[in-house]
Amino acid sequence: MKLYLLALLAAAASGVPGLWMRRRGGEVAVGLLGLAGVLGLGASLAVLSGGPGGSFALRTASLGTPGLLVVDPVAAFFAIPVLVLAFCGALYGLGYWEGRRGNTPALRLVYGLLVACLVLLVAASHILVFLLAWEGMAIAAFLLVMAEDREAETRRAGWIYLVATHTGTLFLFGAFALLARTTGQSGFAALPVGLAATGAGTALFALFLLGFGFKAGVLPLHFWLPPAHAAAPSHVSALMSGVLLKMGILGLVRFLSWVPDPPLWWGGVLVALGALSGLLGVAFALGQHDLKRLLAYHSIENIGIILLGLGLGTLGKSLGNPVMQTLGYAGALLHVLNHSLFKGLLFLSAGAVLHATGTRDLERLGGLGQRMPWTSGAFLVGSWAICGLPPLNGFVSEWLIYLGAFRGLGLGRQAWPVVILLSLALIGALALACFAKAFAAVFLGLPRTGAGAHAHEAPRVMLLPMGVLALACLAIGVAPLLLMPALGRVADALGPAAGAGLSSLGGLGAISGVALALGLLALLLWRWLRPVPQAGDLPTWDCGYAAPDARMEYTASSFADGLVRGLRWALWPVVHRPKVSGWFPRPSRYESQVPDPVLDRAATPSLRLTVKGAALLRVAQGGALPVYLLYVLLTLLVLLVWMVA
Amino acid sequence: MVRSLLPTILQTLLHGLTVLLLPPLLPGLIAKTKALMAGRQGPPVLQLYYDLAKLARKRAVFSRTTSWVFLAGPVGGVAAGLAASCLVPFGHTPAPVSFEGDVILFAYLFGLARFLTILSALDTGSSFEGMGAAREATFSALAEPALFLGFAALAKATSSLSLGTMLVFPGSLATRFTGPLILILAGWVIVYLAENSRIPVDDPNTHLELTMIHEVMVLDHSGRPFALVLYGASLKLLVLGALILTPALPRAAQAWQNWLVFYLALGGLAVGVGLVESSMARFRMTKVPQFLVAGVLATGFAFLLMLV
Repeated sequence: MKLYLLALLAAAASGVPGLWMRRRGGEVAVGLLGLAGVLGLGASLAVLSGGPGGSFALRTASLGTPGLLVVDPVAAFFAIPVLVLAFCGALYGLGYWEGRRGNTPALRLVYGLLVACLVLLVAASHILVFLLAWEGMAIAAFLLVMAEDREAETRRAGWIYLVATHTGTLFLFGAFALLARTTGQSGFAALPVGLAATGAGTALFALFLLGFGFKAGVLPLHFWLPPAHAAAPSHVSALMSGVLLKMGILGLVRFLSWVPDPPLWWGGVLVALGALSGLLGVAFALGQHDLKRLLAYHSIENIGIILLGLGLGTLGKSLGNPVMQTLGYAGALLHVLNHSLFKGLLFLSAGAVLHATGTRDLERLGGLGQRMPWTSGAFLVGSWAICGLPPLNGFVSEWLIYLGAFRGLGLGRQAWPVVILLSLALIGALALACFAKAFAAVFLGLPRTGAGAHAHEAPRVMLLPMGVLALACLAIGVAPLLLMPALGRVADALGPAAGAGLSSLGGLGAISGVALALGLLALLLWRWLRPVPQAGDLPTWDCGYAAPDARMEYTASSFADGLVRGLRWALWPVVHRPKVSGWFPRPSRYESQVPDPVLDRAATPSLRLTVKGAALLRVAQGGALPVYLLYVLLTLLVLLVWMVA
Repeated sequence: MVRSLLPTILQTLLHGLTVLLLPPLLPGLIAKTKALMAGRQGPPVLQLYYDLAKLARKRAVFSRTTSWVFLAGPVGGVAAGLAASCLVPFGHTPAPVSFEGDVILFAYLFGLARFLTILSALDTGSSFEGMGAAREATFSALAEPALFLGFAALAKATSSLSLGTMLVFPGSLATRFTGPLILILAGWVIVYLAENSRIPVDDPNTHLELTMIHEVMVLDHSGRPFALVLYGASLKLLVLGALILTPALPRAAQAWQNWLVFYLALGGLAVGVGLVESSMARFRMTKVPQFLVAGVLATGFAFLLMLV
């Protein structure tokens, strides 16, 4: 516990020296966050390896019950991505942000505070501590999103985020109030058996789902996420997508761990929401032209995959099927870790692209692979992992969920497992298309504009964190078995013996074997190809055109066009297609966009309508004091009449 | 111990040799069938072996637009195909590697090959290859559910998750061919034709037409990389072929009989593909999704039949 508290302090203090240090503030902050990482990871790994005294608690007499902070396996597990990404992001920030803008010290300070809030949040075991850390996290993240507040787009994104996060918090207040009333404790405690099936249990489930769903970006509560992720500085986007969203999942995991007997339909709701988020998330990603918005929609997709796992686990728990429970929960938890690694990696490499070219627009990039080989490699690893392709980490977590769903098929006429299977298969195929599009549009082919042609490789201080994350993705993918004992301990929190049997999954060892064989084969074939003599410096053979140029290339939009058109019933793309007519048509522009359905078609118009409606009431608020006094008088009169009568 | 191990090693060895040596025969058989059906003599059955040998000695042409990603497609295609070939049983001879859940790894290895092929096509910056890559990504999104629904139905029928056992449909050959199995196989044959870029989805013999998918993606490959592409494509014919053949094959008592049955069936499959290609034209591009949806529906119905 001491180590963990020290890590908390180090993170909180990381930005403070920078307030008066002119020169080395950034390095000091990185150093302190590194220290926090080492201390925190030490504490977490001690808990996860199941050493003596698996959980630490900090008690205070006045607040009573279980303690304020408890580092149990769940906390330790969620602390890992927080600490790793916080350090990687800060290091990356040295190259990405420092010296670019005037508000660097403030950004650094808030970044440290955000990390501290996250560290506090994962270990919180008291309602008050949890809510305080939650609110601190929300506000710190708001300030970070607003880092470039001179741009109107950023300000809009920031306000949307603030409104969304507070709406979510409102639900959490209700949920925790109800929880405290039903359990009679202000600490975290298990619900009594039988409560989940009652009205109070249903209300708790709904409130927590709404509250945490907002933070996790579950469709349709996701609408704050794409603008906020696009507007924030890239290392902040990485932290937001990799870690902040997961706090919603952490909340759900905590809640599910308190419920001994979830009704069957809870799992169904989780699966349905997961399928919706997963499929629509990736579908919307396909329609995006903005690299960071595209990645943000993929976060929604991955939250969907995590929910599919959680739903599967919950179904297993309700049905008393340990295999579904174990594999679902373990898959969901592992995907939490995996997603934070590969999405962090993707956001960092997207930031390197933005840093080098000044644009996030896929249609203006291209051909960066030759100028930024390391960044392109990092992005490729991230894409590979997020598509769930072997032998990287994304495959392992999806494999666990698949396995659980396949096993669940054996159980009578359950419809949910097949929903999970189909969603995962479709999500995988669409994600593959989307990342092929993104990677190719940015890094392959010819540069489409000058921005791409004059790009430069990111500095080493930005590449290093990307390398760390990429290696982590590879390590988990190649040797997943090493992770299983720890994962089992975390899953145990979600239900009795949920982690049982994970280590004995024979497939995990075989996956390592196939991964190694794959690598070896690729190496051999590569060696065979490499020394091929080359036949000169030639252009791409484009059916006889002597000078193929970037204007003839397939763009990201044209690549995704078939799928977007196939999915137009869900996406409602807005297409501007001027009619080309006559023998000598004028130059013409084609444009297509996929606006967010919730934000652009539901939330914004309905809020605008509310504002208009409110304007009608303004007649009553003229600003004249005598009129207000008249209101008071009239009210008193009405009250008097009412009381007398 | 040694005695019981030896046959396994022999089987594995035979499996490996089959995977390495046999695939180029299949396109040859298909081409020969088509030629005979059309009343031509056609190229020799071993033509692809000659082609591969020739390409392996040739210099390669690389466009100046391409990077190392251009080679990742051919390398990844063959490496993933070989890895997947270890997981699938050839007829009723067991696969060298078999574990619970290998079916998912099997499907995703082909996903990996597809991903790298698409990237390698887009690396050239050619609009034709972009077009092919986009189509590949689009159509595979429809083929994937058909494949997985088939797996789900088989998993339900056999309560197993390993290709080695789930493809072995229960019952004797006569009782096996009931509704579900026929539907699964029908759906998978559609996936087979689409994934292997065969008529009616795609035509591997034309190399420059706007209605193509797979061949247009490898337009710029030459020399050794192209040899890998061709070998990878024929490997896919074999490995996916084993997937659809196994549930439909009779089980023999002796290992050698099983092998014999498998080889014969493989030849039959190639001839069958040749017959399909000779008897129908390629669909218009807009019809392809409908064809694939038919595959999804067939496997979906198979799964529903398994539930009742």
